[in-house]
Amino acid sequence: MSALTRLVGPAAAILKSDINTDIIAPSHRRRGGGRLVSSTVASEAELAEAVFGAWRYDTDGNEIADFVLNRPAFRAAKFILAGPNFACGSSRETAATMLKAFGIGCVIAPSFGLIFHDNCFRNHMLPLALDWPTVQALARQSEGGAPFILDLEAATLTPPDGKPITFAIPAFRRDMLLSGADEVAVTLRRADEIAVYQAEARKQRPWALPQGG
Amino acid sequence: MMATSGTLFEKVWQRHVIADLGEGFALLHVDRHVVPDFNGNAFATLIRRGLAVRNPELTFATADHSVATDPRGPDRRQLSNPFVMALREQTARFGITLFDVGEIGHGIVHVITPEMGLALPGLTVAIGDSHTCTNGALGALAWGVGQGEIVHILATQSCVQRKPRTMRIAFDGSLPQGVTGKDLILHLIGTVGVAAGNGYAAEYAGAAIRALPMEGRFTICNMSVEWGARYGMIAPDDTTIEYVAGRRYAPKGALWDAAVADWRALPSDEDAHFDREIAIDVTRLAPQITWGNSLDAVLPIDGRIPDPSTEPDLGKRANMITALDYMGLKPGEPIEGLPIDRVFIGSCTNSRIGDLRAAAAIVKGRKVAPKVAAWAVPGSQQVKQQAEAEGLHEIFVAAGFDWRDPGCSMCLGANGDTIASGQRALSTANRNFAGRQGPGSRTHIASPVLAALSACTGAIADPRKLGATA
Repeated sequence: MSALTRLVGPAAAILKSDINTDIIAPSHRRRGGGRLVSSTVASEAELAEAVFGAWRYDTDGNEIADFVLNRPAFRAAKFILAGPNFACGSSRETAATMLKAFGIGCVIAPSFGLIFHDNCFRNHMLPLALDWPTVQALARQSEGGAPFILDLEAATLTPPDGKPITFAIPAFRRDMLLSGADEVAVTLRRADEIAVYQAEARKQRPWALPQGG
Repeated sequence: MMATSGTLFEKVWQRHVIADLGEGFALLHVDRHVVPDFNGNAFATLIRRGLAVRNPELTFATADHSVATDPRGPDRRQLSNPFVMALREQTARFGITLFDVGEIGHGIVHVITPEMGLALPGLTVAIGDSHTCTNGALGALAWGVGQGEIVHILATQSCVQRKPRTMRIAFDGSLPQGVTGKDLILHLIGTVGVAAGNGYAAEYAGAAIRALPMEGRFTICNMSVEWGARYGMIAPDDTTIEYVAGRRYAPKGALWDAAVADWRALPSDEDAHFDREIAIDVTRLAPQITWGNSLDAVLPIDGRIPDPSTEPDLGKRANMITALDYMGLKPGEPIEGLPIDRVFIGSCTNSRIGDLRAAAAIVKGRKVAPKVAAWAVPGSQQVKQQAEAEGLHEIFVAAGFDWRDPGCSMCLGANGDTIASGQRALSTANRNFAGRQGPGSRTHIASPVLAALSACTGAIADPRKLGATA
């Protein structure tokens, strides 16, 4: 999986609060006859097409011209600017993978649904929490599709006005994004530690294993 | 010896730390992992990467999201359902116990995990579904994960989590007639908002919680995620222990005694510190129902649709205007008496035997209103058999309800059980999001008793008006 080090491109502002995962990754497609979109079967192109389906397409499957992701300046958006509690709701990882397939590498909002937040890192996307007035100010700069620049090494976001915003990110998370490391591979190196833990836990709480069956 | 100071959350968290990863992150052991049908892609990833399932004996599977629930359907064994067929093949390949369609153990993952004695007090439970927090009602630490984390758990039996702050919500007083666990949690979300739990582990406490049966406790913990809390827990007590006793995978004999001794020490200590405390007096709480497309758009049953012009927050005001339009409602309208087209009693929130008994008690001797299509969908095969042994299905069927096979069904409409555009549905599930039950579907969320009565009157109804006999 690809690392995230630097990201340059337009930021699409969708400034509603509580945009839920059913909106981002609908389980009923607006195009293609209501078929369920599962990451199991969907191609990158299908995932990219499905994201924000209910807001991007009318009931006949035609693009709604003034929705931001359909506007020419934002069809290659790299950032999303959104309101508080972005991607609350379900655990469906398609909310992250559909955005990624569309080309988004960083979602900027005052807060996030927690499972989505974790899912982003696993897909080497950055969920960046900035306060609401800042997000709103960034949205004003985003009009016209002028590029934003994310530099993860320096932990800065530079909007079109050229004034960088620095942000904090746990080293644990940043290293994973920068290296493109896979968390499964990283944890598998701790297999011995896990074995020691399990042996000790089974001594202390033998009842905690499934009994009978 | 285990430390005995701290909160329930702290005690269960501490005993599962395999490694401290710094900055608040820990690698936690996962005691139980249950894989539902929409998680099947994780197995494909394992195979592609040549990885093994580390602990198949701690891993179980059931099909819920995709299964058809129509008992008259042509494929009751789901032999042409690609998700179920894949789950059968994958669980067989990796030596994982699958509770197959029609067997005891089959059902909605958050119904069967406690029901089979898989989730227990003091354990960690991770499942690839956001409502995994349901299992916290037993005093387990339970959280929902995404697809990538499922692969991680299958391969390592562990999960990286960031330690949250703690919050205690005390529901004081005793619940009035017609008011249920569902109303408590809806009222809480309406009061604190849909993001208030973000970054917190919630513990629900107080006299009203202690008086609730396990069904009501599961309902409350189930909706923790709907106000942003990753974990929702309730301390184990006699009700919990009585519920767990004798379940298929629960400890027995000497192990049972050791387990109970452990569980008795889990409740938060009297001097335990919480980062935030909320107290809610439930004595005069009315039945609750949602009107909009977010769970904080909730009203008491005798309330009126709010007026966006009185909302000072512009973002919220815009959302309210959108929701009013989507839901086909006008400010100032009473919610009670609003005609409905569909009723859905089911989902991981409200499909347990206690929920069905409560709904059947209302339905008994009544008829579903002529224009309403009402469904009762038991949460598991075991719930279905128990309900049928008690004759509840006959009550539902006699009233005109459709009595269905277990599954997630109309909660998310990913399995063919959908609501037509523009139809108004009363659902006992957990999400009223736009399009959740099908494009254009209008969903109101409420308790099984409110839903059952409304099915019979044909309009949103107040269960308190039935009087003390209900």
